[in-house]
Amino acid sequence: MTLVTEVSGDRHQSARPVLTMRGINKSFGAVRALTDVDLDIHAGEVVALVGDNGAGKSTLVKILAGVHAQDSGEITFDEKRVSIPSPAASRELGIATVFQELSLCDNLDVVSNLFLGREIGAAALDEVEMEKRSWELLRQLSAKIPSVRVPVASLSGGQRQTVAIARSLIGEPTVVILDEPTAALGIAQTAEVLNLVERLRERGLGVVLISHNLADVQAVADRVVVLRLGRNNGVFTVPDVSYEEIIAAITGATDTAITARDSRRGEESR
Amino acid sequence: MSHPPATTELAPRLPLFRLRSGELGSVPVVVGLVVIWIVFEILNPAFLSAGNLVNLALQCASVGTISIGIVLVALVGQIDLSVGSTSGLAAAIVGIGMTSGGWPLPLAILGALVAGALVGLLYGFLFTRFGVPSFVITLAGLLAISGLQREVLGPDGTVNLPYDSFIVQFAQVWFLPTPIAYGLAVAAAVVIALTGWLSMRKRVAAGLSAPSPLSVIVRPLALLVVLLVVVWYLGTDRGIGASFLFFLALVVAMNYVLTRTRWGRSVYAVGGSVEAARRAGIRVGRVYVGIFVLCSVFAALGGLLAAGRLTSAGLSSGGGDTNLNAIAAAVIGGTSLFGGRGSAFSALLGIVVIQSISSGLTLLSLDSSVRSIITGAVLVLAVVLDALSRRSRAAHGRG
Ligand SMILES: Nc1ncnc2c1ncn2[C@@H]1O[C@H](COP(=O)(O)OP(=O)(O)OP(=O)(O)O)[C@@H](O)[C@H]1O
Ligand SMILES: [Mg+2]
Repeated sequence: MTLVTEVSGDRHQSARPVLTMRGINKSFGAVRALTDVDLDIHAGEVVALVGDNGAGKSTLVKILAGVHAQDSGEITFDEKRVSIPSPAASRELGIATVFQELSLCDNLDVVSNLFLGREIGAAALDEVEMEKRSWELLRQLSAKIPSVRVPVASLSGGQRQTVAIARSLIGEPTVVILDEPTAALGIAQTAEVLNLVERLRERGLGVVLISHNLADVQAVADRVVVLRLGRNNGVFTVPDVSYEEIIAAITGATDTAITARDSRRGEESR
Repeated sequence: MSHPPATTELAPRLPLFRLRSGELGSVPVVVGLVVIWIVFEILNPAFLSAGNLVNLALQCASVGTISIGIVLVALVGQIDLSVGSTSGLAAAIVGIGMTSGGWPLPLAILGALVAGALVGLLYGFLFTRFGVPSFVITLAGLLAISGLQREVLGPDGTVNLPYDSFIVQFAQVWFLPTPIAYGLAVAAAVVIALTGWLSMRKRVAAGLSAPSPLSVIVRPLALLVVLLVVVWYLGTDRGIGASFLFFLALVVAMNYVLTRTRWGRSVYAVGGSVEAARRAGIRVGRVYVGIFVLCSVFAALGGLLAAGRLTSAGLSSGGGDTNLNAIAAAVIGGTSLFGGRGSAFSALLGIVVIQSISSGLTLLSLDSSVRSIITGAVLVLAVVLDALSRRSRAAHGRG
């Protein structure tokens, strides 16, 4: 996979963003969910989208997923202006979205879930080909799935999330959006999913990761985009930003309950 | 990133190669059936006589066909409580069309099936458009359709079908000549063996885990032995009825569609999780409408078989325990009412169980009231087992 190394080698400098959002506005009736929001996504980069509850993160990615249409503002994909009127249009552009819940059918096995909605085979399903490709895909992601012929209900939370993420790759997307993929997971399973996110980056994909867990964000993200009350509130490059700075941008104040707690604890331990 | 290693190492060693209906599949039903047969045979040795079994098969065809439709709606987690009335309406249309209507029979049959399709279309529309629970829509439908049935039948209330008409001959006079039955049994086994063998070869070529050549041969061989014994034994009496064979063919065809086609996969997906199916790009509304239409068409078809078998269509067509037996058969056969689990073969297994009980009790000259009570009890038992297995799956993280 030489292509992957090329892309990831110089991802920060020369690459133009694959996807840009400029001046996005979105209201639900009287609620202004998004005001003049900008977002860039580069190939081979993990962008973390953070913000408090109701900051507008899900709304922003739902616009990319074709679930909602923006009121104003423009989206470009590969430097061409695009509109994303439906989930199908989003998928055709090469944007894959992994929603946090309700993305798998518990009664179907892994292969059926991976290929759901885009099965291989003309008149009859080609189960052998689908199973073969499932193994190839899961192996590329170093996924630990014991069998692809068990119902996904019998898999652990992390394995299920792996299947959901693997499924988004079936359509060969260029951008993958993960809405709180680790929210319900334990420590080991979270690590599994984070490894997976890194592997997506190695494959040269642009990844948008929504998370409330700043440790996770700092572990895998290249950039952190902060939303606050539906507006951009800072973009940070990960190695250069501290935990406190991100917290400050999320909450909108340097002197908050959280930073106060942290400094208090710092003093006590001294 | 290095190239992935050979594909076999992680491959499953489990015998789960296909979508299965539940943890134990059809084993409990088959065991239950054997027990029922043994008990009734002890109580009355006429039970397992070839003549009785030939009749039993004929009795299975009509309600069994209706039950295929129930399997379909249950797979998407819905129900149709009006299949009995729909079958009665179809019988009435054919009866009146053929006799006082003077229609050619194919037209009358087509009319009955189209009426069924329209009923299903209406249910599908009401369900997908307004989100009314299917049991309410179809309960209202039950009332309205039986009214329609009375309207079609007119003041007399009953029409007798001509004995020499195709529909009557097909449902009770025509039997498969024994040599042809043997031929079909062999052909079925050969087809299963061949497809199994080809699929095994293909899996090996693709580097996937494959069943052993022995197991590929043993299954069709066992099936062949069973089929040959059945054909021989029933052949000592009148043989296999055309209508029963027709029902079998419908089950096999529906099973193929459900397990091997994209549409079938989308049916299971919708039954498993509607939202996940929608997000995967499946047009959920169309799946529901298609299912309701198919269910009502199967109900109409079953009504035609019943009319042919009774040589008449009347107010009582599709009444009585038709509804309940069709639903009970699907559940007893192992299809879950909670959606996403089951198989077309449930209709076959379930209806054989129900008709065995009914036939056995009749042989003991027990009243029909006792039959109703026992069938009701068996249905409750099946539903309880369904709910229990669902709960245990949830407890073991198997959805
Ligand atoms: N479909 C909708 N109808 C009306 N208001 C909505 C809708 N979706 C979102 N909103 C509003 O838009 C705002 C942003 O919501 P959004 O779901 O994008 O937040 P979020 O950042 O994803 O929060 P969380 O971290 O809790 O998931 C909220 O005020 C929310 O109430
Ligand atoms: Mg959200």
